[in-house]
Amino acid sequence: MTQQEALFEYCLRLGDNGLILGHRLSEWCGHGPILEEDIALTNIALDLIGQCRMALSYAGTVEGKNRSEDDLAYLRDVYEFRNVLLVEQPNGHYGDTITRQFLFDAFNFALHQRLQFSSDEHIVAYARKAIKEITYHARHSSEWMIRLGDGTEESHNKVQESLNDLWMYTGEMFESDEVDQLMVDAGVGVDLKIVKQQWDDSVGTVLAEATLTQPEDGWMQSGGKKGTHSEKLGFLLAEMQFMQRAYPGATW
Amino acid sequence: MENLTREKEFQAKLDREVKIEPKDWMPDAYRKTLIRQISQHAHSEIVGMLPEGNWITRAPNLRRKAALLAKVQDEAGHGLYLYSAAETLGVDRIDLEEQLLDGTAKYSSIFNYPTQTWADIGAIGWLVDGAAILNQVPLCRTSYGPYARAMVRVCKEESFHQRQGYEIIMTLAQGNEAQKKLAQDALNRWWWPALMMFGPSDDNSKHSAQSMAWKIKRFSNDYLRQDFVDRTVPQAEYIGLSVPDKDLKWNDERGHYDFGPINWEEFYNVIKGNGPCNRQRLKTRNASFKAGAWVREAASAYADKKASRKEVAA
Amino acid sequence: MSQRKDSWPLWEVFVRGKQGLHHKHAGSLHAPDAEMAIKNARDVYTRRSEGVSIWVVPSDQITASNPENKDSLFDPAESKVYRHPTFYEVPDGVKFI
Repeated sequence: MTQQEALFEYCLRLGDNGLILGHRLSEWCGHGPILEEDIALTNIALDLIGQCRMALSYAGTVEGKNRSEDDLAYLRDVYEFRNVLLVEQPNGHYGDTITRQFLFDAFNFALHQRLQFSSDEHIVAYARKAIKEITYHARHSSEWMIRLGDGTEESHNKVQESLNDLWMYTGEMFESDEVDQLMVDAGVGVDLKIVKQQWDDSVGTVLAEATLTQPEDGWMQSGGKKGTHSEKLGFLLAEMQFMQRAYPGATW
Repeated sequence: MENLTREKEFQAKLDREVKIEPKDWMPDAYRKTLIRQISQHAHSEIVGMLPEGNWITRAPNLRRKAALLAKVQDEAGHGLYLYSAAETLGVDRIDLEEQLLDGTAKYSSIFNYPTQTWADIGAIGWLVDGAAILNQVPLCRTSYGPYARAMVRVCKEESFHQRQGYEIIMTLAQGNEAQKKLAQDALNRWWWPALMMFGPSDDNSKHSAQSMAWKIKRFSNDYLRQDFVDRTVPQAEYIGLSVPDKDLKWNDERGHYDFGPINWEEFYNVIKGNGPCNRQRLKTRNASFKAGAWVREAASAYADKKASRKEVAA
Repeated sequence: MSQRKDSWPLWEVFVRGKQGLHHKHAGSLHAPDAEMAIKNARDVYTRRSEGVSIWVVPSDQITASNPENKDSLFDPAESKVYRHPTFYEVPDGVKFI
């Protein structure tokens, strides 16, 4: 694998995480538990889609095959997507959505904090913009974890179950492979071991305040980063890509 | 007797274009009318999120997806500003929401039509928001202060909505054959419902006269409808679409377009609940409200706990 | 105020448009507590970068003057023109005053 190929993969991973999670959150628009929260979730979705556009455009440039952000988002099939499995999990109830967001935000925050010091100036520009947004996302999802965890008995039980269900998707975020290693060696990417330490700290602190029990690290699912996904992603893409597939080559 | 003098003073104030503020004395009927109108307006914003939200996950590219998402989010914001304005009149938002959910409150009938293709998103922005703006701009000067101020905010934010709608339709109309068909089909379906948005003709509008005297409403339904037709027909022509009205023609003498009769039977039918999506919209709203109850309760419970912990500590 | 457990209290939101300006009333919203009220205010009232600072106050904590007393509260000030600089004449030739 060349460094260019690794950088392309690396940008796809960043972009696809934003795209798929942003898409999932956008499914909430108009259906949130209260008007104020509907607006907040949509803000986060918009931030993520914005981040994804920056990352995917840069991926296209790095690849050098003239693929635009839209080509990459709308004309790839499931096996070509590089997002982690966590973000493609369905919305479920509000507790599921918040837990998924919380687990991802803590990772995304630690990652982007360090990406600001990348040796690649495009990544630096992207990360500097993204980190402000992600700081807010992490605060939002933490505040909600605490309120749902330490709210009513019903909310506590619900969100504890969400946590138990989603925990097996957290390991993949910190799995380092050839792409990660090449990017760390080039000073472009971030050492995921450090990200994991920070994630452990911040997640642990919030879960304790939320009176939730942190699940044991059991079997961890993985594959998303390499293009092996759950059955759910195919349906998400079928919906998201419908127009581009039904009217190939049209301008919108 | 005292009330009579007060009502006279009140009307005199309105005639001098002095705004009414929340704690000022106002006739009960004025208060009721405002609560009804503002909450209906808020409900319309909230229900209006659904037909457009229907296409967020299928928007054809990332730019359109972000714009549509931001637009539907604005509708939520507008609903919120308007509910806030209504709450200054001494009602609770949750009670107003209940009236929407149990079907006793009305909202704009236009949102009971389905969005079947992507072109409908263009048509809604262009026609529905276009019609809404004509209704809303005069409301920035409406006599009740909080309502007027909410509308100033709404109108400021609305201005991008109509543009993005027209841009979508224009792109389709200038696209390939299949895209042109999408655009024309959407115009065919949305034109008449958009005209109906201005409400019954002036002779049949039951709330109009009093609302005009109270300066809640500033222009009549028919006046605004004519204005809409006059503005929109050239916009359709510019992009090569035809307005689905065989009676439509420019009248030099009047300086306006003449247009065909509106199917009022359809209008009243949709109001009565027989539109294609009335049931679906209310069911969706009810489902979200119900599904969110435990979340809202959890946050309240946490706030209570925190407050009492603080007290214990103090 | 509604006593329902799934209904949140009302807050008034004040936004400082930019450094150097007063906080100005922007509107209201519902939130379960102060932190969430600030967050919601940020999402609802500063979507188009309208602010650099936010205050939130529970609506029921605001005491308003009574409009019935408007005349006695505010009319007396109208006759005190000497509080305004235009009350005093300064010859055209005099500068910087």
